[in-house]
This record gives sequence, structure tokens and C-alpha cells, in this order.
Amino acid sequence: MKNTSMTRRSFLKGSLAATGLTIAVSATPLGYRLLNASQKDSISALSPNAWFAITPDNKVTITLGASEMGQGTHTALAMIVADELEADWNRVEVHQGGAREEYLNPILHSQLTVASAAVRGFYDILRKAGASGRSMLVEAAALQWNVPANECEAQNSAVKHKKSGRSLSYGQLCLKAAGLQIPKDPLLKKESEFRYMGTSIPRVDIPDKANGRAVFGLDFTVDDMHYAVLSRPPAYGAKSISYDEKAAEAVKGVRKIIPTPHGIAVCATSLDAAWKGREALKVKWDKGTHPWLDNASIEKSLMEALDKPGSEAVKKGDAQKTLSQAGKKVKATYFVPFVAHATLEPMNCTAHVQKDRCEVWVPTQGQTVAQMVASQVSGVPPEKVMIHTTYLGGGFGRRATPDFIVEAVIASKVIGKPVKVVWTREEDMQYDQYRAAMSHRIEAGLDSQGRLIGWSHKAVSGSIMKDINPDGIKNGVDIMSLWGLVDFPGSPDNNRIMYEIPNLYVEFLLSDLPIPVSPWRSVQNGPNAFVIESFIDELAHAAGKDPLEFRLNLLKNEMRPRRVLETVAEKAGWGKPLVRGNGRGIAQHTCFGTSAAHVAEVTVNEKDGTFRVHRIVVAVDCGPAVAPLNIKTQIEGAVTMALSTVLREEVKFANGGVSSANFDDYNPIRLSEVPDVEVHIIKSNEAIGGIGEPGLPPTAPAVANAVFNATGARVRRIPLTPESVLAAIKKA
Amino acid sequence: MISLTVNGKNYNVDAPKDIKLLWVLRDYLKLTGTKYGCGIGECGSCTVLIEGEAKRSCEVVAADAQGANITTIEGLPEDHPVKKAWIQEQVVQCGYCQPGVMMQVAGLLVENKNADATQIMDSMDDVICRCGTYHGIKRGIKAAVEIARKEG
Repeated sequence: MKNTSMTRRSFLKGSLAATGLTIAVSATPLGYRLLNASQKDSISALSPNAWFAITPDNKVTITLGASEMGQGTHTALAMIVADELEADWNRVEVHQGGAREEYLNPILHSQLTVASAAVRGFYDILRKAGASGRSMLVEAAALQWNVPANECEAQNSAVKHKKSGRSLSYGQLCLKAAGLQIPKDPLLKKESEFRYMGTSIPRVDIPDKANGRAVFGLDFTVDDMHYAVLSRPPAYGAKSISYDEKAAEAVKGVRKIIPTPHGIAVCATSLDAAWKGREALKVKWDKGTHPWLDNASIEKSLMEALDKPGSEAVKKGDAQKTLSQAGKKVKATYFVPFVAHATLEPMNCTAHVQKDRCEVWVPTQGQTVAQMVASQVSGVPPEKVMIHTTYLGGGFGRRATPDFIVEAVIASKVIGKPVKVVWTREEDMQYDQYRAAMSHRIEAGLDSQGRLIGWSHKAVSGSIMKDINPDGIKNGVDIMSLWGLVDFPGSPDNNRIMYEIPNLYVEFLLSDLPIPVSPWRSVQNGPNAFVIESFIDELAHAAGKDPLEFRLNLLKNEMRPRRVLETVAEKAGWGKPLVRGNGRGIAQHTCFGTSAAHVAEVTVNEKDGTFRVHRIVVAVDCGPAVAPLNIKTQIEGAVTMALSTVLREEVKFANGGVSSANFDDYNPIRLSEVPDVEVHIIKSNEAIGGIGEPGLPPTAPAVANAVFNATGARVRRIPLTPESVLAAIKKA
Repeated sequence: MISLTVNGKNYNVDAPKDIKLLWVLRDYLKLTGTKYGCGIGECGSCTVLIEGEAKRSCEVVAADAQGANITTIEGLPEDHPVKKAWIQEQVVQCGYCQPGVMMQVAGLLVENKNADATQIMDSMDDVICRCGTYHGIKRGIKAAVEIARKEG
């Protein structure tokens, strides 16, 4: 958390509405800007760009803008820089950088760690940054020895002159190199010359984390720090009727009661006092805007919306006409409930607003937005707002939203002290911005040979983009809600249906439920892949074809998904006989530039509907595999998190608000429920793709398809409970 | 005043009588390796050893732990088999739950020095890792058992 340098943030605009938070971020395209070292007043290091500095003590300090939330990005990104720089890994130190223009992710135009975009977004930039440094160090050595540069070679933090056997360390060369011109197009390494990329280097953050030394947001402290906790409305739209400010202020340690747009904050000198003050506050709330809201009414509302006209998102050919002429028609309705992020570290933020500056210490995925919001709330100009990103105790999309930052900045501004806002687990669960629940209705047609000729699809959900990018919602279509089915035009991420369907129609309807939603690991690729890949399985069955063959026939020109399917089928022993009660299911999905295919094996107890997933085989093509160990563990984690939504996860609502409160009633997957997961990374020359999320979407449909394979029971709703499996078995 | 012995050191803390051990460790002693995850003993992130036994510090009233030897992740030696195994097997992702998970494994190894990996894994369903590192935790447990056995 050392680097706090700031640059002008003129590309940002936003507004903090009185009723809550509305953020719009628009940004200019990012260029790769090199600072000219020779313009610096005094040179103490070779630091030609924002990414690294080499000092005379022969240390390499790599500074990164992306947030480390467990996905291993600090290690993977540092490996790219160190590799091209030809630095000795043992001399490398990695630091979290502040908010600055150079750290804007070129894919996202924001300093934002989402969309599996860190490694793929910075791959070219970091290679070039490292290679520039290497070239300058070689040139410095050549000058020192008065020999041609092409006789010199960089090797493990030193430059060597083979002919004479001379060698100078990077530490010895750095100051001389710092005075040289920065090359615009440095020569990058060939893949065969990679020293770190493609190898499994131990992660840089693990020793501190395994020893309890790593500082997460909740662990951060600063002198004279106060605490704030909020009493929040128990139902959506609920307003406070009354509260006992005096009783709260009478609690020892309580300093101030502060009404905020999110609830009433109690500020105190200790967390314990803040909690006791909140209890004493005894806020009375009205019933809110949707007192009828519960799980049944939510599901009914989303399902009934399927009968209303939607807005056209994709129209290719004429699906309607094709369907009316199809030899065989298949129709199905699917539902996916709200699920919570439930990061193990609850939301929190520490802020200190002073007269002319504002400091924020926060586990955030979005430094650009954090800086903008803290500036707006504090009234301090953005360049005077310092964002110190701590380690994140899980992110999964939740920490890209700045609601907790707003609360800390408001409280600090009012009391003039550093304030840490702490959410309890219950608040974290009930004031989450969930993965959106969705309803889907699909009708597809097969010709006489069983070929898929038309697909008509309607989806309903809350809006993911409403708060992130409201201008991006065009004609009522929220593309991020449709990711996996439909992507932004021309996006290389391929968050879309990859099957070659001659006639495709997709329409979308925004639900009017008051429940806030936001990206959740893989965004809606997860729910949408469950629907698409389950339905494709239904079509294969209706066509009398093998589910693998049926898919491959629809991917004649889409080589990337084709290859992961072929690979996973081979590795999993697709087609080999199974004993009764066992089933095998296959699914594939492409998102964030990466294709993955899974085969799941399950055993179903046909008497009670319980089932066990015992093996999941994965093939993944993410292009260059920068950090293979990380790829494996990210896939394991994504599969596990997805399986959790298949087995149990569903947020419960009652009386107009959220009734799920803690891990006793919202119960994520446990160790004994996790199947063996085998990860096969395909050697690939394709463009680099993301890895934090693409392992998630194929999991749920692979399991549901395996349950079908075992029993003939098709379950079109997650979680797959024993009751729903049993009901489907009886229907089959 | 609450008197506690944590990682071999004695502390006198001026804290409320009803405060839970977790918050004394974190907010008063600044031993923040012990994490708050749920506050109701469901997730295991706050696990510490009290007289060698793994306990949820969010559920223990600090005053009741007076006189006992308390060990937190910071007090577990760096060459402890569990710490060595966790680094060797690269178990950690976000790392927030791991100190608690590790303390629980360490406690199970105190309870039964000869426990095999399966026995330990069978006692790990009361912890939650949201990153889904359970495969890593299993590898870590296997490695820890092996290291402990080798070191006797």
C-alpha cells in the first residue's frame, strides 16, 4: 500500500443522487504512456513506467493497480513484468498501487478488477513495460563496456558480455540506464525464452496470508480511528419513523448519530460501543414499498413477466417462421433465484476526510469509482483522494460497488476523524446486491434430420447495468443481464451463445422488482449457461442424438469451444458405460475470452432425490497460460462456487426485505460435498482470455445434465434440491 | 480488567465484561490474523486454540478464557507442519478464512497426533471457504499430516 500517487481524473463523471447512489463512468480509450525518466529532478532508480523500479540495491519493485482478492493476479501480473525484464524473481517485491491513470484496465477503461480482465487486459502492456527496461539495461551495459549492445545479454537481473565474460547487475546498471531514452517498441521475448510465464511460481501473497500478517480492510487501523455501524431499513424502500438518538448517545463511547442515505449511522470510539449504541437507537421503520415481497411472489412475478412483450436483443434470420415450419418443437421454462456474494470478509471501509485531502483504506475492486465517489461525498477534489487498496477477503463482483465507501466517507466527514465502517455478516447478507434472479422461456425447432434450425428466447431479470452504466441500456435491453446469450456487438469476450443457429431471436424484459443486483462471479454467464446448456441437452435428446455430437455439429466453425468439448470428452471417458443410478453430463461455455467445457459425474438416489457429484473434468482454453497453477486453482474454486449454487444457495425474502441473515440459513458448500476436479489446460495459440470466472458457467448445466442422464429427470431450476429432483423423476 | 495469556504473553485489557474473545484479540491486542466471518460459530474464520483445543473465538466470552493458554495464527510457529504445508501446497486464495481453517487443522493434530488425513478432513465440514479452496485445503491437510509424521 505504498504507492498513492494521483493523476487528474478528468475522464470521470458521476452523480450522487439524494436517494442513493447513481454512478456513471465514461472514459477515454487508454494509451500506454511512458514517463520520461530523464525529466525527473533526481534519479534514484530506473523506473521508466508505472510498473516497476530497479534500485541500486539490485531490488526490483513491481507495483500493480489490480486488486488481489484471491485470484492470484499480483503474482501473475508480476510474472509478466519480471519475465520480460529478465529480473531475478528472488529480488522482486510486489506492491499494490494506488489509483492512477496508468492502471486503468484497457478492456474496462477503469481501474477495476472484474470480468477476469487483469492478466488479459495488461498482458501486452506489461510485456512491453518489462521489455523496455531490459533493453535500457542492456544498452547501459554496452555503453559502460563500450561494446555493441547485440553482444550483451540480460540474464537473471544482470547483463553479461559473453566475449569478455564481464557481468554487471541490474542494481549496478540502473542509474545509468535511467538516463537513456525509453524504447517505444522494445523487442519482446519469444515464448521459448520465457523464464516465468507458463511455470508454476508460488504466489507472492501466500506467506503473509498463511501467517496471519496480511492486512485485509477489516484489519486496518489508524491512530484515533473511530468506528461506525448502521441501522439499516429492514424492507426495500422502508423509511425510519423514529429513533432514540439520546439513548444511543448515552452509551459509553458513542460520539455521534449520523443519518445517511443507507441508514442511520452510530459513530463510536470502539466497535463494541457502536453496536451497543445501534441497539439503543431502536429505530422504527415503516413497511417499505413492497411489503408483499417474498420468494413465492418474486418467482411468480418473474415467471408471469414471460407473458409480456420484451425488447428485441438479437434477431438473426426468422426464428418465428422457422419454428412454425419445424418438424419438431421443444419448449421449456427455466428459473434461477437470487444468490448472495457472501464474501468471507464482510463489507467495510476506513476513511479519513480532512480539509484538503481524503484518504480511504478499502478492500475494493474498483479504485477509479472509489476515488470518484469519495471525492463527491467528501467534496475533496479527486486528485487529493488517496485510495489505499488492502487485501480483499473475497470479491466476486461485490467489491466493485462503492456503497460501503460512501458510508465511511460520510461518517468521517461529519466527525472529522478517521472512521472505519464495519458491516456484520447479517448486514452483508441482507444489503448485498445479489446475482440477479432470472426467468427464461425458450422454444426451438428441429428439422426432420434432427438439426437445430430455429431458437426463440425470452429472458426476464433485474438490471445489472442500471447503476454501472445506465447509458449502456439500449431500447430496454441490458446486455450484461444477457451475457452468455448475447454480448455487446463486436466484443472479443464472446459472452454469447456460440452455437451456429441459423435463426435466432432473443428478447429481454426488465423486471420491476426492487431487489438490487450486481455482477457476481461470471456475471449472468452463470445463470444463462445453465439455461442454454440444459436446453441444448433437451434438444439433443429430442433429436435422438448424443449430447456431445449434437453440440459439435453446431460448432463447425467455432474451433475454441469445439476443442474444449473434444478434449473434455476424451479425458472424462465420455460414452463409457455407467452403472445404474450414475450419470454423466456435459456442458461448455465461452466467456471473457476463454472457452471451458465440463463433464460431471453424479450418482442419484432415485428413492429420495438426493445426489452426489463425485467427479468434474474440465478442459479450458484461455490462450497463453501465464500461471498454470493459478489456472488450476481458479477453476477448482469456480467449480466449487458454482456447485454451491446448484446444491443449496437461494436468498430468502419475507415481509418486503431479505430474511436470510447468516451462514446458518444461507449455507454455502462444505468440504465433504466437493467432487474431484480435474483441470486440463489446452495448449493454445488463441488470444489470451480470462481465468477467474470462465470455469464457473458450465458447472451447473453439466451437473443438471448428469442428473438427467442418470434418471431421465430434467430439473429446470437451481438449486437442484432433493425435492425438485424427486419431482422430476416422478414426471420422467 | 480482563487478563489473558495469548501466544505466551500476558495482557490486561480494559474491555466490557461481555466482549467476545475475537474482538479482544482483534481490536484490543491488534492480533488481526484471527478473522470475523459470521459471529455465530458457523464459518470457522475466528478459530483459535485454547489449551490446544480449536475453539470459535466469536463465541467465547473473553473473561471466560482468563488463565488459559490461547494460541492464534500469529502464535503458531512458522515451522509448524500446518503453516509449512499451506505454503508448500499453495492452499490460499483470498486467504481470509485460512487462519481459522489452519488453526482447526492444528487443533485436530494436537487432539490426535497420529490422525490420518481422512480423519482430519472428516472434521472440516464446519468451516466455510467462499473462494472454494477445499481442494487446496485437502492437499494442505495431506501435506501437514505427512510433515508432522516425518518430524515425529
